Amino acid sequence: MPDSQRDIQVTVNGVVYQSRVEPRLLLSDYLRHELGLTGTHVGCEHGVCGACTVLFDGQPIRSCLLFAVQADGHEIGTVEGLAASPQELHPLQQAFWEKHALQCGFCTPGFLMTLVPWLEAHPRPTAEQVREAISGNLCRCTGYQNIVAAVLLAAERMRT
Amino acid sequence: MKPPPFDYVAPQTLDEALETARQSGGEAKFLAGGQSLVPAMNFRLAQPSLLIDLNRIPDLAYIRQNGDGLHLGAMTRQRQLELDALVARHAPLLTEAMPFVAHPQIRNRGTLGGSLAHADPAAELPVVAVALEARLRARSTRGERWIEAGEFFQGMFSTALAPDELLVEVILPAPPPGTGTCFTEFSRRRGDYALMGVAAVVRLDPSGTCRDARLVFLNAGDGPTAAPRAAEMLVGRRIDEPAADRAALFAASEEIAPAGNLHATPDFQRHLARVLARRAILTAAQRAS
Repeated sequence: MPDSQRDIQVTVNGVVYQSRVEPRLLLSDYLRHELGLTGTHVGCEHGVCGACTVLFDGQPIRSCLLFAVQADGHEIGTVEGLAASPQELHPLQQAFWEKHALQCGFCTPGFLMTLVPWLEAHPRPTAEQVREAISGNLCRCTGYQNIVAAVLLAAERMRT
Repeated sequence: MKPPPFDYVAPQTLDEALETARQSGGEAKFLAGGQSLVPAMNFRLAQPSLLIDLNRIPDLAYIRQNGDGLHLGAMTRQRQLELDALVARHAPLLTEAMPFVAHPQIRNRGTLGGSLAHADPAAELPVVAVALEARLRARSTRGERWIEAGEFFQGMFSTALAPDELLVEVILPAPPPGTGTCFTEFSRRRGDYALMGVAAVVRLDPSGTCRDARLVFLNAGDGPTAAPRAAEMLVGRRIDEPAADRAALFAASEEIAPAGNLHATPDFQRHLARVLARRAILTAAQRAS
């Protein structure tokens, strides 16, 4: 029958959640409204802006283009899972802070979730490569310069 | 906006998916990568009453090489195609086109078959399929059939597939010796829909004479837009810059029908088509020798 609720089990940042959801509930809305993890932001809802980017089984994807029911049995990583503790930011977050790579911060979780796996695969990036890597994320505030600088700084620190 | 209510199934076998599709009488949509379907549903441009999720069906994603060519499962993720060594070796046109498809995050979920079945006139993969003369295998409860890429695309967002028919495999025939290819496109920002794009395939004989050529444009009509008369102008001669430009100019002025959009007038699209086609033809010819 249309839109009957489904039982799903989703692991988010290592924690297993059991939920009942309508099929039409987007993963982005599931994370924000059902789980209270509002770090993932909703910008365009058609896959262009990147604010909703999360990790799905380790890969960055648009959570606005996935239904929560599709995440049943899978692992999701959100920005809330990046910092080791409230006192210890992920090196990329720390670099964003130091290099003023965020102003309003709306786009930032999407950038972070895109870049964390990317940096692991590209530990010695050039600025050009970084610009390529962030081409799927829009920022209205910063003009991207400081984001690139933050990524290069984080890469340097993560290498040592 | 959010999608309206719909029913949802995630079958574990292909037969189950096909039977469900048949029973739905054309009301169901298959869900592959979702990178085109879900935005349409979010905006309520598409409102299927039933979604058949293909993502739990095994063995629909693969990249294999046989004697006759490259066999690609329809559910193969675009990102996988982009990074695959077999594809780079046997279908470099596809490898070259992949980074132009949306963004990496989209390509992590988007599939080969989904892009072809969606048939967006501005999409890259349909153009590549037509340029490489791909053969597409479709299945339904009624059986299986093969469709040539040139006949698969029938209009804007419209293909030869019946509503309950599923694209399951794409075969890229092995290119004959002396083949060179090039894909290029132009967009205002990285990842945007291209204002114009083209795939060029040429085959040169050992003396450097062109024996075969294909030119296919995106965003130049209702679907992948081939320019066979322009391509024919290249056959039987060496491909130098004047020859490439003559063919490109003919294609751009006579064989494409760009509609224009917010970012480009049809005239600008034609201008881009000429420039891009000339570059693509020359590059393909260089690579062929």
